[in-house]
Amino acid sequence: MELTERQQAILDGKEGEVKAKVMRTLIMYGETFGSTRMVDITGEYGHLVTSFGLSVMKPVYDLMDTLIDGGAISGQKFSVDPRPLDGSVPSNLIQNLFFKVMYSKQADYDAQLKKLGILADDAYTCTCYMDEVGNTPKEGDILSWAESSAVVYANSILGARCNRNSGILDLFGSIVGCVPYFGLLTDEGRKADWLIEVRTSKKPEAQLIGSAIGMKVMEDVPYVVGLDKYFGSLDDEAKAYFKDFGAATASNGAVGLYHIENLTPEAKRMGRSLLREGYKTFLIDDEVLENTQRNYPVIWKDKNARPRLAFIGCPHLSRAQLESWEERIGNELKRKGAKKLSIKTVMTAAPAVLKEFRKSDAYKRLESYGVIISYICPLMYMNNPMCGSMPVITCSNKLRTYTSARYFKEDELLAIITGGAL
Amino acid sequence: MSERIFKGRAVVKGNASAEALVSKGGFNTLASYQHSLMFGDKKGKCSDQNNPDLYKKEMAGKALCLPQTIGSTTGGLVLYCAACMERQPACLLFSKEIDSLAAAGAVLAAVWTDNPMPTVDSLGDEFLSYVRTGDRITVLEDGSVKVER
Repeated sequence: MELTERQQAILDGKEGEVKAKVMRTLIMYGETFGSTRMVDITGEYGHLVTSFGLSVMKPVYDLMDTLIDGGAISGQKFSVDPRPLDGSVPSNLIQNLFFKVMYSKQADYDAQLKKLGILADDAYTCTCYMDEVGNTPKEGDILSWAESSAVVYANSILGARCNRNSGILDLFGSIVGCVPYFGLLTDEGRKADWLIEVRTSKKPEAQLIGSAIGMKVMEDVPYVVGLDKYFGSLDDEAKAYFKDFGAATASNGAVGLYHIENLTPEAKRMGRSLLREGYKTFLIDDEVLENTQRNYPVIWKDKNARPRLAFIGCPHLSRAQLESWEERIGNELKRKGAKKLSIKTVMTAAPAVLKEFRKSDAYKRLESYGVIISYICPLMYMNNPMCGSMPVITCSNKLRTYTSARYFKEDELLAIITGGAL
Repeated sequence: MSERIFKGRAVVKGNASAEALVSKGGFNTLASYQHSLMFGDKKGKCSDQNNPDLYKKEMAGKALCLPQTIGSTTGGLVLYCAACMERQPACLLFSKEIDSLAAAGAVLAAVWTDNPMPTVDSLGDEFLSYVRTGDRITVLEDGSVKVER
């Protein structure tokens, strides 16, 4: 590995033994992928995937103490994934007892994050790139992030450059200010291995088509044609759609970057020249999407159980999505002559997004329908075995993938929470 | 008794000798280790219901043979935690090129713990077709993997 003078000095221990070890780790990691140099992080802020004070993750918190004691503090401020707990989300006494034991390290870990350089007390969200949060990288920025849905969004929609890093290594990059140059940081690594042709009869559900693509291409880069016709530009609606699309490609597969013809920055600039020689093709029509959904396992003990809870917002919702859900729920309740949802429903968004949204009339209406608004991470909630054994429904493919939550398309979910049957 | 030797690339160099535990599909690190880490199971019993090859099998001290890892980007730190808590596989043997999350876990364990996991990748599809759970595995520093049954 060829290092700059500064990088070599860190490796030689000039800034302490702990930082030297951090640098050694990143070099070894990069060399695994043939990297020959480290490049400076140019994004203003970092983002960490590890937001939870899980008691069993003690080694992680011990490592954080080692970093803090050794003066290995992040060189850039960072946001963090959502908090695992929020008292406003329904839970019973036994579930609360489990939460207390499971996340007994939360306060300690929050304190460590402060010492390491968290951006703000409420900088806990998986959608740090929302305008209200303010951690929005610019095109071409080099990042050291790990949250898979944020990495794929930053790469694809914002045109930043970031590998699919693991937790801990995201912080390590922010500490030494550089990352190994390979993979999605390189022009070659950003070329597409797949041409995805979308020929559906209507705009496909973002979370479903993302899932179908992720499962097909795994860690490869897809170039998608046929979706741009549903969007005039990369406006707020399109960004929200592709946020959910990307999260599904990243969790149902391991996609770190996708290109959407005529929409995403690199596809607009370079078009189909992004396709690698010998690329493969995958055609997506209505039947592919129906089969994809049909094949999702339902792992509830009683497959006909009445849902106890619905989660909307994994990844966290945008302001526009909160407003859209409010309108759709309001219309559906009115159509059915009802005033409140029949299933407890939690909608999640970044604290900074919620802060603004709470000032609106839409928020008051949503609350009047019985919707619970939260900043929680639904995944962390469902990790509680007492919650995981409940029949929970969601329109998030990421939540479905990692938990026992059962997936429904948005319209299907809307029908269920407003009084319809499964 | 038969034996075959496969040659891969040593990502984390080291020697190991252990019983094979084979996952034909992608290994979801978080889902596999979640229960073991959360509930103090020192044998590292696999909790990934979506992995029929490994579900409920003990992973600690085994030669984990797999194509790649999949799932959450916490994968690397989960492997690191497993190594700190002495529930890690004896070695990691990948038929394909190692993925970034597994590489992070292997490197973190090598640099930051006393329990490194010798890791070999690019062993080829033939390796994963041949090796069976229960085979005796010997890993050498140069990335050679001997499979005996």
